Amino acid sequence: QEPQASGLPEYIKIVEVGPRDGLQNEKVIVPTDIKIELINQLSKTGLPAIEVTSFVSSKWVPQMADHKEVMRGIKRHPGVQYPVLTPNLQGFHSAIAAGATEVSVFGAASESFSKMNINCSIEESIERFEEVTKSARNMNIPVRGYVSCALGCPYEGNVVPDKVAEVSKRLYSMGCYEISLGDTIGVGTPGSMKKMLEAVMKEIPLSALAVHCHDTYGQALANILTAVQMGVAVVDSSVAGLGGCPYAKGATGNVATEDVIYMLNGLGINTGVNLCAVMEAGNFICTALNKRTNSKVAQASFSTATIN
Amino acid sequence: ASGAYPKRVKVVEVGPRDGLQNEKNLVPTPVKINLINMLSETGLQVIEATSFVSPKWVPQMADHTEVLQGIKKSPGISYPVLTPNLRGFQAAVAAGAKEVSIFGAASELFTQKNINCSIEESLERFEEVMRAAKEASIPVRGYVSCVLGCPYEGKISAAKVAEVSKKMYSMGCYEISLGDTIGVGTPGSMREMLAAVMKEVPVGALAVHCHDTYGQALANILVALQMGVSVVDASVAGLGGCPYAQGASGNVATEDLVYMLNGLGIHTGVDLQKLMDTGTFICNALSRKTNSKVSQASCRL
Repeated sequence: QEPQASGLPEYIKIVEVGPRDGLQNEKVIVPTDIKIELINQLSKTGLPAIEVTSFVSSKWVPQMADHKEVMRGIKRHPGVQYPVLTPNLQGFHSAIAAGATEVSVFGAASESFSKMNINCSIEESIERFEEVTKSARNMNIPVRGYVSCALGCPYEGNVVPDKVAEVSKRLYSMGCYEISLGDTIGVGTPGSMKKMLEAVMKEIPLSALAVHCHDTYGQALANILTAVQMGVAVVDSSVAGLGGCPYAKGATGNVATEDVIYMLNGLGINTGVNLCAVMEAGNFICTALNKRTNSKVAQASFSTATIN
Repeated sequence: ASGAYPKRVKVVEVGPRDGLQNEKNLVPTPVKINLINMLSETGLQVIEATSFVSPKWVPQMADHTEVLQGIKKSPGISYPVLTPNLRGFQAAVAAGAKEVSIFGAASELFTQKNINCSIEESLERFEEVMRAAKEASIPVRGYVSCVLGCPYEGKISAAKVAEVSKKMYSMGCYEISLGDTIGVGTPGSMREMLAAVMKEVPVGALAVHCHDTYGQALANILVALQMGVSVVDASVAGLGGCPYAQGASGNVATEDLVYMLNGLGIHTGVDLQKLMDTGTFICNALSRKTNSKVSQASCRL
């Protein structure tokens, strides 16, 4: 396959969100040393970016209470980014003190979601993030911006593409180097993905866009393919598909990194990631969590191996 | 690049045959009949009902005659049945079948292991069925297995798939369903395979039958749609595991497919809620969880 000939990107950066987005949304809380081991294993797979933890109050997110220890405890590989979530200035300072060299902020394209999640309007949240990006700029710390509910909201239902574009533009203008567009409840389809990206691409350069698809309705890979066909070259995913959907009990959440890589390999797109190594890391964390993997590639590979 | 999509897609429901045939638990005949009757209420136009194969080989389909005769056949809906040979064809017609399907493969080793002969020999056997079907004015659908990979041979050449498809089409099959039997295909291999097949068979006569064993089914189907394919096979609740990878999934779930097509504004005529209800029914009967993610999710939108 020649991806360039087909109009697809030659290289796609995979942003691994398992240790943060994944573990934050798992029922079982994982001990600090297991988290550190997971991240260390992921660091050896070729993944260029691994979201480590979240500097948020442990009152709100107990799963991430050990953020300092995790940040300090991991073995950082050269050339790998280790971003952390920082919901406000306090979290930002705490992250820097613990050694963080990249941070992320989370906006939403839905007012209701913003109010229910962080108890303030989109505008107020943007003001909070501006404090973070200002400090970050002074310290040369890159900031990644997330936009939740890009293809639908658990409270508002339909989300207008222009709203996603507006919030993305705000985050980009304040200094976020990359905007990750999240289908938070996984309701999106290739149809809504295309419409949303077309609106956002009017405001943000393609190279600054990422997609963060949830597989709650089984649409993630089809949605990612659509984004990639439109030129998006950064894709978020979670090893073993860690992290269920907090809005649909028992339903899945993040798309599995293994399944994304399998697809991109088949398209001849380079990711730099060793699929087998990711499957091993996935196996490790699923064993620790005492759960089955959500990755179909891992399931099939393990099954075939045992039969042979 | 993503081109225009077809305005309508015909969904071929294979749950009662391909699905149930590959489930661990057997279901009694009345349950099968009820399943098909419920599916007939969803708007689906094609429902593969059963397989007229010897119960020695496929015990799950032993009740083929009772099922075909027991279902409430809705006008406008086709109920094709599998017929592996002339005897099966004759039994099917005697039981009231109005459409049949035959199975080829793009892999010699797979054919050898599955039905103990070469691809060439298997197609010769089907010539008899084609002749009888033509005489009886019964349409025949052709399946090609292993189009994107084989559990024994590994990689399968697109040219081989095109060759087998062309033969089956020339023999008189009105439609060729290209099956990614072990689900190893990706949008890359799907595109390459379809490009080769479309040189030999008109795209209007092509269908895709994707397995979701590696989670690639919907992405593969998307590519097929982009290339002009407008017939897609699927199985309610994603019934039917993969016999080559224990515990792994098989057929793509009809609910998840319809959800995607709805989102693309593609007309299917299928009522997703009724489909989900049908999936719930059969999963309860099988004492298993659904494989459909749409069914699993309970978000309101």
